[in-house]
Amino acid sequence: MPKYNRWWILKPVVFLLCLTPTLWISRAGWLTFQGLPGGLSANPLDDIIEFTGIWTLRFLMITLAITPLRRITGISSLIRFRRMLGLFTFFQGCLHLTSYVWFDQTFLWGEILKDIIKRPFILSGMIGVTLMVPLAVTSTRKWIARLGGSRWQKVHRLIYLSGIAGVIHYYFYEKSDIVDPLAYGILLTILLGFRGWRAMRQRGLKPAAT
Amino acid sequence: MLIQRASDIPSSEITPEDLYHNRREFIKTASTILGLAAVGTIVPGCAPESVGAAGEAQAKGKYDTTEKVTPFEDITSYNNYYEFGTGKDDPARNSKNFKPKPWSVKVEGMCKKPATYNPEDLIKGIATEDRIYRMRCVEAWSMVIPWAGFPLRTLIERLEPLPSAKFIEFKTLVDGNQYPEQRRSFFKVLDWPYVEGLRMDEATHPLAIIATGIYGKPLPNQNGAPLRLVVPWKYGFKGIKAIVNIRFTDKQPVNTWQQQASQEYGFYANVNPNVDHPRWSQARERRIGEFLKRPTLMFNGYADQVAELYAGLDLRRNY
Repeated sequence: MPKYNRWWILKPVVFLLCLTPTLWISRAGWLTFQGLPGGLSANPLDDIIEFTGIWTLRFLMITLAITPLRRITGISSLIRFRRMLGLFTFFQGCLHLTSYVWFDQTFLWGEILKDIIKRPFILSGMIGVTLMVPLAVTSTRKWIARLGGSRWQKVHRLIYLSGIAGVIHYYFYEKSDIVDPLAYGILLTILLGFRGWRAMRQRGLKPAAT
Repeated sequence: MLIQRASDIPSSEITPEDLYHNRREFIKTASTILGLAAVGTIVPGCAPESVGAAGEAQAKGKYDTTEKVTPFEDITSYNNYYEFGTGKDDPARNSKNFKPKPWSVKVEGMCKKPATYNPEDLIKGIATEDRIYRMRCVEAWSMVIPWAGFPLRTLIERLEPLPSAKFIEFKTLVDGNQYPEQRRSFFKVLDWPYVEGLRMDEATHPLAIIATGIYGKPLPNQNGAPLRLVVPWKYGFKGIKAIVNIRFTDKQPVNTWQQQASQEYGFYANVNPNVDHPRWSQARERRIGEFLKRPTLMFNGYADQVAELYAGLDLRRNY
């Protein structure tokens, strides 16, 4: 039996793990709705907006960590989880966007448009999610083949911009305690810096002219 | 301590709070018996609507709103009180050992009675009243709170401010032993102490009160015990908590949030649906307990009482 099979066994496990935040918030929301303990705060709708937002950012960081982890640990098979993690990032982003559109703006599209135009806070969040749409669409095998490996990879570097937009969005969200947004900013800098550093080193090692 | 003079309105009449707690007990018991606690589902007849209505407080005074009062549990579990932490649940969690007694209030500046008082002496003989007020947070959520307190005006008269006093400034306690956030030395969330201020005509307006209780009970620590300012036509952050310092001055105080981010928070902080916070709209608010946001009212619905205070003032610039 080929060796890689065990990674396929791990996939459903990772899938379920990725689902736990959503299951948790669903249960807490349900408890709140029922007036039972263990639920959300007195403002459950804003809790949901906040929760889905922070988890979007967390999934994004985890996804971005795959490549550096592969290089550092040498466990190349980690790549098998990258698409799933990326799609979970997009899923959380969609939940976050939906909760904003629904709970915060109650589908008042005019208000939403005004929000986007007037407020860098909202604009940065919108950019963050929107940039993930082409990545989710082209995440299939078919699209990789259609675009060709290197072009596909270039498109998928949009996730870097999405991450930057997400951290900026988070920074704008906090009223005065900037420790958490700063921590995410540092983490993102490390994750992107690793790639930049490698790219530079590789370029340096290559023969000068081709 | 002080303050809790027996009210003319028994607390049982202000709110069927017992009922409120009982129903929670009942649901909990019922679910446990049915083994449903973890799943938290299907207890027919226990859905929120059948038990809801935590407070049908009865509006008695002329300033009372008749709107449905926010449950005690929500008022005391969802707070902004950064000295205890920036999370909404931090104040309730971290204020359990806070000591609102013994307490002292230093009165200083342009008045005839500057001194350090203990609250009992400071407000001796002042009757507390119940006031059911809307409370609109600058973060676009709101509550209806049955305060007990006394008009700030009564206290000010007692301290005999000089004619030169144009403003009144308040400060919150500084005590790193009781306030975890004040122990933090890196990336402090705010500059302590928390400072707030009012113009004298605002401070002496009959709507402005010093709260000493809610729901017929002494003020819980997370709500600003023992003395907390309530100015219902302004955003909640004007309602400074755990007051230890009162100063009469001729210069407009720089309140904490203005100092922190002056492009976002001003001195006046009047509730105004037409002037947005730079990062979000102030046109609507989420009343705690409701699903859809409701429109925010000018001066939080107290325009008839307070609009004249601001005649001729550019509210867009003086946010």
